[in-house]
Amino acid sequence: MMTILNLLLLAVGMAAVGWVFRFLGQKITGNKPYFRDMSFGVAFGFVFGAVVLVWLVWSYVLSHSSDPTVANKYFFLGKAVEGLVIFAIAAWIFRILGRSVGTNATRKLFRSMPLTASFGVLTILIYAFVAIFAGILAPYGQEEILGAANIVPGGNPAMGGNPDYPLGTDQIGRDILSRLIYGAQNTVGIAFATTVLAFFIGGTLGFLAATLGGWLDQIVSRAVDVLMAIPSLIFALLLMTIAAAWAGSEKGLLTFYMVLIIAVIDSTRVFRLARAVGLNIVVMDYIEAAKLRGEGLGYLIFREILPNATAPLLAEFGLRFCFVFLTIASLSFLGVGIQPPLADWGTMVRDLAQFINFAAFAPQVASAPLLAAGAIALLTVAVNFVVDWMLHKSSGLKE
Amino acid sequence: MSEQLLKVRGLKIEGRSDETWNQIVNGVDLDLKKGEVLGLIGESGAGKSTVGLASMGFTRDGCRISDGTVEFDGIDLVNASAAVKRDLLGKRIAYVAQSAAASFNPAHRLIDQHTEAPVQHKVLGKAESEADGVELYRKLRLPNPEEIGFRYPHQVSGGQLQRAMTAMAMACRPDLIIFDEPTTALDVTTQIEVLASIREIVEEFDTAAIYITHDLAVVAQMADKIKVLLKGDEVEEAETRKMLSDPQEDYTKSLWAVRSFKRPQKPAVHTSATPVISVQNVTAAYGKIPVLHDVSFDIHEGRTVAVVGESGSGKSTTARCITGLLPPKQGHVEFDGEALPLDYRKRSKMQLRQAQMIYQMADTALNPRKTIGELIGRPVQFYMGLTGAEKRKRVEYLLEEIELEPSQYYNRLPSELSGGQKQRIGIARALAAEPKFIICDEVTSALDQLVAEGILKLLAKLQDELNLSYMFITHDLATVKSIADEVVVMKDGRVVEQGLKNDMFTPPHHPYTDLLLSSVPEMDPDWLTNLLNERGVDNIGDAAVDKM
Amino acid sequence: MASILKIIAQRLALGVLTLFVVSVVIFTAVNLLPGDFAQAILGQGATEEAVNAIRKDLGLDQHPVSRYLSWLGGAVQGDLGNSFAQANFASFVGSDAGSGMASVAAQIGPRFENTMFLAGVTALIAVPISITLGVLAALYRNSIFDRATNILTLSSISSPEFFLAYILILFLAVLNPMLPSLSNIYDGMSFGERFEKTLLPALTLTLVVTAHMMRMTRAAIINLLASPYIEMARLKGLSPMRVIVKHALPNALAPIINVIALNLAYLITGVVVVEVVFVYPGIGQLFVDSVKIRDIPVVQACCLIFAAAYILLNLTADILSILSNPRLRHPK
Repeated sequence: MMTILNLLLLAVGMAAVGWVFRFLGQKITGNKPYFRDMSFGVAFGFVFGAVVLVWLVWSYVLSHSSDPTVANKYFFLGKAVEGLVIFAIAAWIFRILGRSVGTNATRKLFRSMPLTASFGVLTILIYAFVAIFAGILAPYGQEEILGAANIVPGGNPAMGGNPDYPLGTDQIGRDILSRLIYGAQNTVGIAFATTVLAFFIGGTLGFLAATLGGWLDQIVSRAVDVLMAIPSLIFALLLMTIAAAWAGSEKGLLTFYMVLIIAVIDSTRVFRLARAVGLNIVVMDYIEAAKLRGEGLGYLIFREILPNATAPLLAEFGLRFCFVFLTIASLSFLGVGIQPPLADWGTMVRDLAQFINFAAFAPQVASAPLLAAGAIALLTVAVNFVVDWMLHKSSGLKE
Repeated sequence: MSEQLLKVRGLKIEGRSDETWNQIVNGVDLDLKKGEVLGLIGESGAGKSTVGLASMGFTRDGCRISDGTVEFDGIDLVNASAAVKRDLLGKRIAYVAQSAAASFNPAHRLIDQHTEAPVQHKVLGKAESEADGVELYRKLRLPNPEEIGFRYPHQVSGGQLQRAMTAMAMACRPDLIIFDEPTTALDVTTQIEVLASIREIVEEFDTAAIYITHDLAVVAQMADKIKVLLKGDEVEEAETRKMLSDPQEDYTKSLWAVRSFKRPQKPAVHTSATPVISVQNVTAAYGKIPVLHDVSFDIHEGRTVAVVGESGSGKSTTARCITGLLPPKQGHVEFDGEALPLDYRKRSKMQLRQAQMIYQMADTALNPRKTIGELIGRPVQFYMGLTGAEKRKRVEYLLEEIELEPSQYYNRLPSELSGGQKQRIGIARALAAEPKFIICDEVTSALDQLVAEGILKLLAKLQDELNLSYMFITHDLATVKSIADEVVVMKDGRVVEQGLKNDMFTPPHHPYTDLLLSSVPEMDPDWLTNLLNERGVDNIGDAAVDKM
Repeated sequence: MASILKIIAQRLALGVLTLFVVSVVIFTAVNLLPGDFAQAILGQGATEEAVNAIRKDLGLDQHPVSRYLSWLGGAVQGDLGNSFAQANFASFVGSDAGSGMASVAAQIGPRFENTMFLAGVTALIAVPISITLGVLAALYRNSIFDRATNILTLSSISSPEFFLAYILILFLAVLNPMLPSLSNIYDGMSFGERFEKTLLPALTLTLVVTAHMMRMTRAAIINLLASPYIEMARLKGLSPMRVIVKHALPNALAPIINVIALNLAYLITGVVVVEVVFVYPGIGQLFVDSVKIRDIPVVQACCLIFAAAYILLNLTADILSILSNPRLRHPK
């Protein structure tokens, strides 16, 4: 009851401050159009934003409090603020670098890039690097069972950590940092391969359907309609049940089946897009001109249509990758995706989830599962930021 | 009567593109007295609409007034608050948009949209305003004025919607109306009635107006004075008659001179000669909807046949039948006396090569990802089998033929060219196949007049050099006059009349040809008045078509 | 009016047809299992009698088509067959297989109700918030507010559901114990208690769905605001509020209905992971459990229910947007 009353008081206070803010703005600037035409909602919005910012800064200060209960309570918010600032600065520096190094074309690209997109590009590059060189970067093997289990992350012996295992070890004594690094290779690699396969199937069929039309288009389109009438995660789970029966005890084979299943399910979405993009291009007069010239199907698709479809397809590739990546992570989290002993983020979250309950008195312990889940989120956020920027760029010309 | 209504001084407007602000209007002045009509003309990109909207104190998203003043009846519109502007808009200043079909809200009846401004501005009550709306509809000669307001926009034709929009602008009896190309999207026969009704009602209520258009002949009918704009700059301004008879600036003179290009009439072809293309009794349909009925005509070597008609008359469908994109249901097409397979997929490479096509929109006709060299080089390689240096030489020769410097353009992309240059590339691509026959589908209608003129001259030159035959599809009779040898008039998928150009342009005609010809606005400011006197007010436009 | 009825009838027929084909797909997929169901479930060590009992009980000796027809016939009447897990248990204790305990329908019934409750609570929170936010973002597009919501919603869409769920648990259940982190719902609970236990999973789903819905609403409204008739309304000197309410909203109805239906359909998928995280006794959790122990009849039934709900929602959206289109409501 108290909290609701407090919230109400806060809202009324902010409304009052908002009114004063607008009033002062009008007086000080001599009734400039910006303040004169400002609606009360906008003024309130500014105050609300300011309150959130102050609260974040205050939480950061509290997270460094000497009182351990307070510090523990604000540990995560503090870390989040820290992470946000560090990433923002890194992205900012990366963008400056991009603007001064490289060819003219890349420089131009970086000049119009918002901070979110440069953060996205930087993050994707880091993930790619980690995924490729996981074997060199990881201090231990992904399946290696080391001396002690359940070592606390943070590397501080006083808190139950060990500097040899900066992020601690899991229940059966595997190094969490190494498994996170190998996870980049396994989870991202498998998701990438799946997306490529989905694009190969969906893209080929989509462009063929758009160019040829007729019965091929009808058959494939209706089949896709049916497949898309089943929610994709549900369908994936159903097929994984059957795949698990086929694969039996061969875990590697099951992972392979999973790639196939998700690729086929996702290729339906790619098909829809490729077909739509293809149809938009096929009605162009230059396609008609090429047809009337007597050009063959191969020339039409590869020389006339495809070069004009790269931008939307690239954006779709990013979005599809995110979707596939999240689906695989969800399946793994549910225990039917990537199989142990391969290190995988979704599985790690599931295995370590119970530690979250220790957050109030031992925040470091609780951070292990969040790190694995965060690793998934960070990459998809990064890809989405880049795709968002690309889409905005291609549609921005019209606005 | 000489009271100043609108005063614009040094108006500068910037538009945002690629994250920077670029000036698109560079200091324009406007003066308008009560009851006066100003014609604002210019080619695309001249900033006509932007200036028109800015004189209402309005800028589109991504534009801003960077300098200058706009004063309406003593009120400073640039610095006025949103509330002050809202009070003026719709009540004292109204706007008529180019596309009435898109500018009426599809979710509401016409009359409800009509009464909105008077009711919201508290000028009239709902019932009074409705009654007034019906009265205005009647004045604008809309059919069924009592009932038409209760329809939804999609249930009313384009010309009628445009008049309903004029009525809506009049609802509060504003002092000023901005007409933004109100007849550009309409067919010529429909255009007449809209022009006539707009002029009448503006005169009746003594409303001042700014009439924006790119069509000189139209503005000559409508305006008291004319201002010419070019790329955001003011060229000159004068009274309509003075401007037409005695333009001062070179640019204006060149605009006026455009319509002077005319090729001499070639003599009739010997009847026994084999035509290059012979369309014989072609009947075609899209699915079950018939579009062409028994269409026949011949095109002879070295001749230009113009196919004329309004939208929906079947001009372009005829072209699709000739190229084989739409196989006819009945009849066939002969090339040099031999019947062509109906479907283009069944035609030989040689047959495809002989008939080429140039499109209306050069933007969609050229693959934006290919360089000029690749675009023209492909047919050279595909049909002639030339590669490497030989191919390049041939492409360069073709570029010279279309009067573009080869070394400059060979590696460019279409997006780096102007509209006219793109259309020239389209011509070069057609020539690369070394055809005997070219279909030109509205090739000049998307271009500004001066540029279109250049294209027509180029096509005429090429015809003389290479003895080409053209099928020239157009709705613009001025173009027909300048380039055609023979004319085919189409209406509702049928050939109404065909013959030599000079015969077609001298009476007597088929009544529809007559209507079509007389509906094309002329540069004479008295043309509309005379025409209305001749036809009688109730016998113009749709009404005339329906009586046929 | 006749034509609009005809269009709706066509859509309905298409929906039923799709559902039928989907049921065939699901049945066929399950029949791709290697060897014999009974063998697959019970494993190598099963006694011959147990395998035979199940085989007979499931009608595995019959032809696939007749098996499909009897399954479909049962499903239409609400009989979804017997659960393997229960049958297995039943055959071991030697009692009669197919008794009340073993029926899939009895297992799904109460859980279905729980899931609908969760989805309902989520929709009640998410729909108003996201539409308001979406309209605001569209009105103040490219402002700080728009950019901030863009970043927040993109992040929320990009995060896996379980990440959002654990973050919420961390802040709202562990660090500030305001809500329970486990949703153990049972019969005879008071509504308030049930609501409290449902709130955390509902908030998780709200985060995901709101982000999607808000972005789509924003895009639809911006698309609409660019149309000439909105410019015309502004040039008539109407107040911004009137422009939105009178001119934008009637035309935004169809896209917004679509957005809502699409996201409610999305909820169906999202529910699976969230139910597992919060141990919420819904149909999604049952589905995942059955997948793990390969309880085929339950998997089949859940799959069919999810697909049916999905098709139904899309169909509703389709029909509502047809009804809101003035061109179809008032034909020429």
